[in-house]
Amino acid sequence: MITEAAVEREHYLNASYGLKSWLLTKDHKRIGLLYLATITLFFFIGGAFATLIRVELLTPQGDLVSSQTYNKLFTMHGVAMIFFFLIPSIPAVLGNFFLPIMIGARDLAFPKLNLLSWYLLVIGGAFSLFAMIAGGVDTGWTFYTPYSTSYSNSWVISTALGIFVAGFSSILTGLNFIVTVHRMRAPGMTWFRMPLFVWANYATSLIQVLGTPVLAVTIVLLFVERVFHLGIFDPARGGDPVLFQHLFWFYSHPAVYIMILPSMGVVSEIISTFSRKSVFGYGFVAFSSVAIAVLGFLVWGHHLFVSGQSLYAGMVFSFLSYFVAIPSAIKVFNWTATLYKGSIVFQTPMLYAFGFIGLFTVGGLTGLFLAALGMDIHVTDTYFVIAHFHYIMVGGALMGYLGGMHFWWPKMTGRMYPEGWAKLSALVIFLGFNLTFFPQFILGYLGMPRRYHAYPEEFQVLNVLSTAGASVLAVGYLIPMIYFIWSLRYGKIAPANPWGATGLEWRTSSPPPVHNFEETPIVSHDAYDYSTVMGEEIEVG
Amino acid sequence: MGKFQLFPVQASTLAPEVDHLLYFLLAVSVFFTLLIFGAIFFFAIKYRRRSEGELPHVQHTGYTLEIVWSVIPFGLTMVMFTWGASIFFNASKPPNDAIQIYAVGKQWMWKLEHMEGQREINELHIPVGRPVRVTMASEDVIHSFFVPAFRTKQDVVPGRYSTTWFTPTKTGKYHLFCAEYCGTRHSGMIGWVYVMEPADYQNWLSGGAAEGSLADNGKKLFESLACNNCHKEDNTGRCPNLVNLFGKQVQLAGGGTVKADEAYIRESILQPQAKIVAGFEPVMPTFTGLVSEDQVLQLVEYVKSLGPKPAAGAIDTGTSSQGRPGAPPAIPAKR
Repeated sequence: MITEAAVEREHYLNASYGLKSWLLTKDHKRIGLLYLATITLFFFIGGAFATLIRVELLTPQGDLVSSQTYNKLFTMHGVAMIFFFLIPSIPAVLGNFFLPIMIGARDLAFPKLNLLSWYLLVIGGAFSLFAMIAGGVDTGWTFYTPYSTSYSNSWVISTALGIFVAGFSSILTGLNFIVTVHRMRAPGMTWFRMPLFVWANYATSLIQVLGTPVLAVTIVLLFVERVFHLGIFDPARGGDPVLFQHLFWFYSHPAVYIMILPSMGVVSEIISTFSRKSVFGYGFVAFSSVAIAVLGFLVWGHHLFVSGQSLYAGMVFSFLSYFVAIPSAIKVFNWTATLYKGSIVFQTPMLYAFGFIGLFTVGGLTGLFLAALGMDIHVTDTYFVIAHFHYIMVGGALMGYLGGMHFWWPKMTGRMYPEGWAKLSALVIFLGFNLTFFPQFILGYLGMPRRYHAYPEEFQVLNVLSTAGASVLAVGYLIPMIYFIWSLRYGKIAPANPWGATGLEWRTSSPPPVHNFEETPIVSHDAYDYSTVMGEEIEVG
Repeated sequence: MGKFQLFPVQASTLAPEVDHLLYFLLAVSVFFTLLIFGAIFFFAIKYRRRSEGELPHVQHTGYTLEIVWSVIPFGLTMVMFTWGASIFFNASKPPNDAIQIYAVGKQWMWKLEHMEGQREINELHIPVGRPVRVTMASEDVIHSFFVPAFRTKQDVVPGRYSTTWFTPTKTGKYHLFCAEYCGTRHSGMIGWVYVMEPADYQNWLSGGAAEGSLADNGKKLFESLACNNCHKEDNTGRCPNLVNLFGKQVQLAGGGTVKADEAYIRESILQPQAKIVAGFEPVMPTFTGLVSEDQVLQLVEYVKSLGPKPAAGAIDTGTSSQGRPGAPPAIPAKR
């Protein structure tokens, strides 16, 4: 990773060497990279499961794998992608690396706790990986009772334990971020001078700290029910299976915002930088993150419209669900307005940000379909839902993550990625994504239920389109994997501020020194004041 | 590749209502998608960077603009909420003259029973133009009764009765799916709904090899399980007389009353200690594990047939009308 050019100056990568210097590091930047390696592994594991799912669905008959195996594939795809990739992705990698630098801090408030968080994710991941290798789990990532407690003969306990442990990683990271933002801001870094990425991660941290304990409680209940048959969820013992759904979604709906909010923060940074303009309606965009975090806790019941929940509860949850649409819409309109009379360039991060806005818009609008009670009774539990949440989580969260990875890669590694290949892969991912998931909206409205190993023949054409798209998408994801690794040795040396961006992270060298700044920065301007960087020589990579 | 379609058949009174809402949602979505995409493309081209030294003017937050683009979407979403909720609310009330069907979901099949005693597996024959109410139970895990052509879906939760209903408008053969993941052969828990002309339906009913009506089978079961040793019709048994019980308020030991509806009778068979009738000892053993959900349905139907007659079809399971507790009580079906 270290070449002659970079060796000249000491920075966080060459300050010390050896496995121990990484595994016992308290440097938030190195911990960010440890997370990067961990979640990349899970992304490709989850991606392999997705590939097998799509190949199976090429034909209506269940002919590639058995039903039992298919059920394990979609379950493990969900578990790997949600709990071990998407939830940690932006906060634990980019947040860990950049949140302290962006507010001018030397590290997070609790560096040892930060390292512990990574170990918890690894331990949790090991439990879940063990379950996958030992035989897999077949309950769906939602673990609905009484199937998961009384009927499934798969590795439910070790998977659930893995998620339980990983949850504490998420809680501790959230706690660390909240304290850091409150206590560690540099002189002059007022709340309303903070970059929107910091606001978004702050809002996300609130959800992580308040929501994840409920997931932990739910998993403990699942555990004692499965092992000791207490009768909490099992109707044969006087329990209520729908209670599990309430508890599960009380965390897992806000978890959607854990995945999407940090991405929105990334997009705000990128849109501003590559149009060289302050984000339009900064205060509205900042507070809409907090509004989403708060409202996100009030809408879990919209997953239960056909579960037997009361008619009036359904109405209240439908009503409240529409409220979440407003802060999301405010963000999209403000990003678009930021472009107005800007000075726009089309480097790779900007292409991902455009992709994010487009796909998140489609994902958000189709959420309005699902929140409408009379519509939901038809489309819930069909491929319409699958398409909707992949537009949010892959089209939204993942596009934001990749945009952020490209945006900050020069800072993290001191190397530029190859721009031409990166633009190509952004385009391939956008097209492949739409080809994969758009047909699934139609499939869902036609009535194809989710989690079907075999399906009626009339759904085949759309499934073939979707699988074709998935293969394009897979290529799109492999290209960055290759050129990112390539760039570590062969990429152009990155200047301190390749994009002409305003954040404090661009005021320090690439890669940053161990303590982030040679001297503590003093902040005297708003977050996106481009007049402050215009005097500098701007090199565009 | 099979026959290709882009839009599902409309085969119930609910289907066009849901589709109309879909058209509205699609129109709003297409409008906003084009607006956002169009604006991004237009700005991105028009305001592309032309020289490295460009510094755009700082724009200050336009409060009017922020309010406009918050209030307009909010208004539109409230239309969506009201429209969606009104379809849902109206669809929660089954009409009085609905034909009653019982369904039991188990891994991995649907067992469907008609009042006249016809039993079907993974097939349901019903007449066109008449409302049909399906009262459902599960033997094991959660299933979901989903007929895309009818645009209706209802989870079948074990331990309680769930209800759905629809009025078919078009004869034909339609998919019945289980929509809630229920284990290994979930995707095999599928079947067909045959919507027939009323005359054909009558022929089908009389042609089938029905082994007595549901209530008759329930009576036989009642006797073979020796329920009648204690539940005597002359009030001399150790347990309550079940004649004229259904639909009445029952006084419970320790105070309180409960309505003798389907859910109560089901509970009294499976968990007899849960609610003890005033004046009786808790002597009844549980029948959990001894009778299947469809046998419970037969017993419930037998108790209903003991009268009183006008309330014979009343279904107030506490989770009535699409299984939602708190929904307006169902109105007795005529038979």
